[in-house]
Amino acid sequence: MKIIVCVKQVPDTSGKVAVNVDGTLNRASMQAITNPDDMNALEAALQLKDKTGCQVIVVTMGPLAATGMLRELMAMGADEGVLVSAREFGGSDTYATSQILAAAIKHIGLEAEDLIFCGRQAIDGDTAQVGPQLAEKLNLPQVTYAADIRKEGDCITVKRMLEDGYMTILMKTPCMVTCIKELNKPRYMTVSGILNACSKPLTTLDYEALKDDPLIDPATIGLKGSPTNIFKSFTPPRKGGCIMMDGDARTVCGELANMLTSKYII
Amino acid sequence: MDFALTNEQEMLKKLAAQFAENELEPATEEMERNHAFNAGIFIKMADLGFTGLGISPEYGGSGGGDTEKVIVVAEFAKKCMSSAATLSIHLVAPKTISRFGTEAQKKNFLPKVTCKGGLAAFALTEPGAGSDAAAVQTTALYDEATNEFVLNGTKCFITGGALADVLVVFAMTKPEKGLKGMSAIIVEKGTPGFTSGKIEEKMGLAGSETAELIFEDCRVPADNLLGREGQGFKIAMVALDSARIGVGAQAVGIAEGAVDLSAKYMRERVQFGKPIASLQGLQWYLAEMATKTEAAKWLVYYAAYLHDTDKPFSKEAAMCKLNASENARFVTNLAIQIHGGYGYMKDYPLERMYRDAKITEIYEGTSEIHKVVISRAILNQ
Repeated sequence: MKIIVCVKQVPDTSGKVAVNVDGTLNRASMQAITNPDDMNALEAALQLKDKTGCQVIVVTMGPLAATGMLRELMAMGADEGVLVSAREFGGSDTYATSQILAAAIKHIGLEAEDLIFCGRQAIDGDTAQVGPQLAEKLNLPQVTYAADIRKEGDCITVKRMLEDGYMTILMKTPCMVTCIKELNKPRYMTVSGILNACSKPLTTLDYEALKDDPLIDPATIGLKGSPTNIFKSFTPPRKGGCIMMDGDARTVCGELANMLTSKYII
Repeated sequence: MDFALTNEQEMLKKLAAQFAENELEPATEEMERNHAFNAGIFIKMADLGFTGLGISPEYGGSGGGDTEKVIVVAEFAKKCMSSAATLSIHLVAPKTISRFGTEAQKKNFLPKVTCKGGLAAFALTEPGAGSDAAAVQTTALYDEATNEFVLNGTKCFITGGALADVLVVFAMTKPEKGLKGMSAIIVEKGTPGFTSGKIEEKMGLAGSETAELIFEDCRVPADNLLGREGQGFKIAMVALDSARIGVGAQAVGIAEGAVDLSAKYMRERVQFGKPIASLQGLQWYLAEMATKTEAAKWLVYYAAYLHDTDKPFSKEAAMCKLNASENARFVTNLAIQIHGGYGYMKDYPLERMYRDAKITEIYEGTSEIHKVVISRAILNQ
């Protein structure tokens, strides 16, 4: 059994957000981090590895610099890293990215008990589309927003978090699950994990390696094959500050009513 | 010449910084309040492999050398000097056992302190033997009948001494031979005749325990002799050379932390209608603090590099410790000055950092002793 965890290197949006003149994000000027939800996906995979001894492979599409992220994830406990990287893949939107990642996963190979874990969404685009699209292209069952994952044989039970409650789903493997931050707390790297990370296998899959897959059609990959066009990117202006009120309900309600009255809201 | 950290070292720096920010910094307040070592924090360090740095995985260690130790200790010291000191000093005894111990000693003692949250201590100092380490009065006389050493005497100012699971203790096995009669002996916690005395209250380092150790007819197997009989002084000096690099790293970490806090405060603090960062007087302070700290850091890295590549490093270890520790006091002093009244208040970390920085000029050899070591090395060349 193996778990393929799809991860993405994203700009750290907790710092300053820089935008290019064409409206796209200026990634080079921003600190790169592993997408937070993807860290939860990896942690879920590592917890299953702790229980079952399964193999965990981290896969990312991105520039060569993303190998640094893959090494860090291997220092946390992933067994292998795969970097999907080629000029032809650059500028891909979610549709094109899921095509390429699907081809890469087919190249790695999926067996009966295997799982694919993705983060719910990346903090740069917030689309939450790549995971579900990937499952569709691989013709796999999928569950999104997983807040708990249990595996027994060739089935997994996933507690799916919805706005108004939970849904528990039993699903056959192989399948795809997207993970949310409520699922777990990602572990630290370890010192010995770090010192061993560079001796673990890291493969690069380029255009040559994947070009024979029918999904790798120049018309549906890369910037030209992406149906999405970015009209404009901007940092929304900050809304007003938040005031936290302490005290018993009656006093706080009174103070709140006074504030709203003073602003002529009520 | 390569000044770049390796990929592994970059990752280690990141891990240490994350751990320091998430786990150590929030614990400093409790350490200051209780004046006590935080065992929970130490176990977390062990779980991630920090306490086995520099020791081969074969003996439960995490691998790495002095450079890796420097990286971790400096990152810890930026946020919590007590934890940095605890780790840095803990690592001295296992490193010494690893270097001078027999295979059986390494297999027996190292796993107890490298990976399971066990603490190690290095017991050399005595009330009458500080800078003059050769004046050790503790004896460890050999009892032929039982094939044991019998320890008698008192050690003082021993970091982690009362809590440690494994200690390297220096004692005179042949008192009449002076320096050549000193030996290093491994003592385990709970050995009959070994107790702890006074736990010191200190100016700083609140979260690092400093204990008096008392040996009264404490019998340890002769197999616990580390290295050869009479080799104790040499073992102590080799161990202290490496320990000094650790203190250099602590001092660099505190200074870097103080520079970071000062830059942040200068940008945020508004006086006379503008941030105090616009005042040239303070800009000059900051530039001087950052420059000296950067220089101190590279001398520490250089000493660690020499040690890791098996080159002579005694002089450079002394130089890096002397320079970094004096810089740590200089920088934390100016950082308080930049922060004004806020810097003097206990609600802010700088007064703690200033008190913590002072010890780096004293322990593992005072600045004055280091000047002796350095000048002797130059004059004897």
